[in-house]
Amino acid sequence: MTMYILRRLASFFATLLGAAIVIFLVLEILPGDPAAVTLGLNAAPEALAALRAEMGLDQPALLRFFNWIGGLLTGDLGLSYTYRVPVTQLIGERMVVTLPLASMAILLASAIGIPLGALAAANHNRAGDAAVMVFAQAGLAIPNFWFGLLLVLVFAVGAGWLPAGGFPGWQAGFWPALKSLLLPAIALALPQAAILARVTRSAMLETMQEDYVRTARAKGVSRRRTMLRHVLRNALIPVVTVLGLQFSVLLAGAIIIENVFALPGLGRLVFQSIAQHDLIVVKDLVMLFSALVVFINFAIELLYGLIDPRLRQAS
Amino acid sequence: MTTRRDLLAGAGLAALATQLPLAAFAQAKDSVTIGMTLEPPTLDPTSGAAQAIREVVLQNIFEGLVAMDRTGKLVPALAESWTLAPDNLTYTFKLRPNARFHDGTPFSSRDVKFSFERAVAPDSTNAQRWIFMPIESIETPDPITVIVKLKQPTANFIYGLSWGDAIIVSQATAANNKTNPVGTGPFKFARWNRGDRLELARNDEYWGTKPSLAKATFRFISDPQAQVAALRAGDIDVFTNLSAPEAIPQLKADPKLKVTLGKTEGETILAINNAKAPFSDVRVRHAISHVLDRKTIALGIYGFDLDYIGSHFSPLHPAYVDLTGTYPVDLAKARALLAAAGFPKGFECTLRLPPPAYARRGGEIVAALLAQIGITAKIEPLEFPQWLERVFKARDFDLTIISHTEPLDIANYARDDYYFQYRNPEFKALIETIDRTVDEAQRNKLYGDAQRMLARDAVNGFLFILPKITVTKADLDGMWTDWPLPLTPLAEVRWR
Repeated sequence: MTMYILRRLASFFATLLGAAIVIFLVLEILPGDPAAVTLGLNAAPEALAALRAEMGLDQPALLRFFNWIGGLLTGDLGLSYTYRVPVTQLIGERMVVTLPLASMAILLASAIGIPLGALAAANHNRAGDAAVMVFAQAGLAIPNFWFGLLLVLVFAVGAGWLPAGGFPGWQAGFWPALKSLLLPAIALALPQAAILARVTRSAMLETMQEDYVRTARAKGVSRRRTMLRHVLRNALIPVVTVLGLQFSVLLAGAIIIENVFALPGLGRLVFQSIAQHDLIVVKDLVMLFSALVVFINFAIELLYGLIDPRLRQAS
Repeated sequence: MTTRRDLLAGAGLAALATQLPLAAFAQAKDSVTIGMTLEPPTLDPTSGAAQAIREVVLQNIFEGLVAMDRTGKLVPALAESWTLAPDNLTYTFKLRPNARFHDGTPFSSRDVKFSFERAVAPDSTNAQRWIFMPIESIETPDPITVIVKLKQPTANFIYGLSWGDAIIVSQATAANNKTNPVGTGPFKFARWNRGDRLELARNDEYWGTKPSLAKATFRFISDPQAQVAALRAGDIDVFTNLSAPEAIPQLKADPKLKVTLGKTEGETILAINNAKAPFSDVRVRHAISHVLDRKTIALGIYGFDLDYIGSHFSPLHPAYVDLTGTYPVDLAKARALLAAAGFPKGFECTLRLPPPAYARRGGEIVAALLAQIGITAKIEPLEFPQWLERVFKARDFDLTIISHTEPLDIANYARDDYYFQYRNPEFKALIETIDRTVDEAQRNKLYGDAQRMLARDAVNGFLFILPKITVTKADLDGMWTDWPLPLTPLAEVRWR
């Protein structure tokens, strides 16, 4: 297991370094001067030069690259061009929105998707199965921004139970903050739940064909117990893989959903930073997202090892 | 007069509202929630051009010596009064003796001198240095007197002092104004949750009339659908400039809301590269002007009529001359002009568009209109930084659509290298004369000549004034509905 972890860890860091180089180069060749964006259509050349110096844009690219990497390693992500506050602070402020939002979405999606998928598999070729498949089809077909707008229309504009958007901050209290994350989390969770339901169903149907399942049933283990102990557990590997893959989809979805609900999360920060040419924030965030995705994959590979002991030996 | 009891009652109500965040109390009658499309990047209007900065802080947190009122008239602010000596060079400002910064420091003439000198310092990033460039010297004989000597008569000097770039800051706190603004205005900065909301609290030490609102919250909602939803759900009390014109009929039908279409200083133009053939031929520009059907463009973008312009000047200004009839829509004439210029079958060109909806949607319609006379405009959407780099800075474009939102920016046509590159010595001389003409009636007459000259040369396709769509709860009064300067002053806002 140790070798397995070490090798995964090495590829984890190599991937991150590669990502850092690509991110820096891509943003380097992007046209557009952040100082010009800040000062607008009437700016005097002297003011532009002063601002470029203040932002450190007058330094050579290589130096800026090493400064950036050095900063990343020491936890100093630099100063946002637009907001003029440390990027770590910005990311910290946004993390407390996106992290609970994404967690709620993943939990909701798992809590709905996995049982529904299991239910469908258990009722294969019966009415319950068909109903779940219809739900999954709809969940995949409905774009989540549209579903988000629908939720707002029904629960905020119509019923007035929940806010239409925005985030009062956790300092406003747990319940008001949670309330404003509820609709976006549901909107974000719907397509994920649909995918999970489908994956769980097909993985379970496949596992049900396995010899050990038949053996368990032949030994007299109840149908219910076989499904839970043998079928579902072995079907979890593809489900966990999909959960991991969906994490990056979730980040992309969060950009849209956070805009629909005017939530001050990381997704909206990416969107704004690109629009305002706050390249330093874009750089740091893309790096953070890459690190997260790479890390999740890493964690999932470790999870495989836990779920299926055979994989540990195989490597 | 506000009695002590009123104040106590107000404070009690405010306390209740913060403790009971129920829907009913969210509308406590001394607080207001204002929706805005863009969030200010920082809160220091002297360090960047973003309009959102001014919209939040100017006349709320920060004040200048003079201010602009909702009709576009200059009124006293931190300067009680001012006089101009007969030499047309020496301004003497009498300052408010009882004004204080939010940190308690008294405001004095030293702050004025500091602020103006800071704006032109070599490391200054002030985007509007032109306001301060004419200054020869600043004297402060006593704490409430400032004498500013100019190098030459400059008609718009006082006018520029009402802009956000000319606010008065305190030496002690100026460096931190980006994140923790300290001004002299009727409201103090309270809290900023970046990406979501910013809160102001009433400044009880204010030198002028105390505002009726104890608290104001700006909420930043960029998605047009989300703006409409927030209004309809009652989450916000007013939206200052709605980005969803298509929602107007629906919002108008709601008896709880009122919708106002206001004027701005945003001249929206089809900018033409005057230095590049074939657009350097005035006949080609005339031909283009004859096909730009403003009504079709406005209806296509917004779905309703707008205020149209025939030159680069806003109808909000008293010197405005209506030149919208200069080039009536006339396809035959346009084709003849193109033929005379050597393009009987038209030509191909590019139309580079920045992100705002007026540009992207307007671009489609303009391209369709131009196609009628054989001009094939290839549309290229650009992000704003790229637009700034390629179109504005490198002047690498044929046509583009953009709104110029600064007041009195007609003077840009006198800059040879400004992106549309209108190089006319006659116009430059005229703008210089205007700059030195202190007499207002005379100056307005000259502004009229300048407008006619731009219309005659069809420098750009002059389209319309950007509308300001304000949606307020029906019982909220005092919001600015026009934008002589893009501001949201809250001092006069009150619930009925």
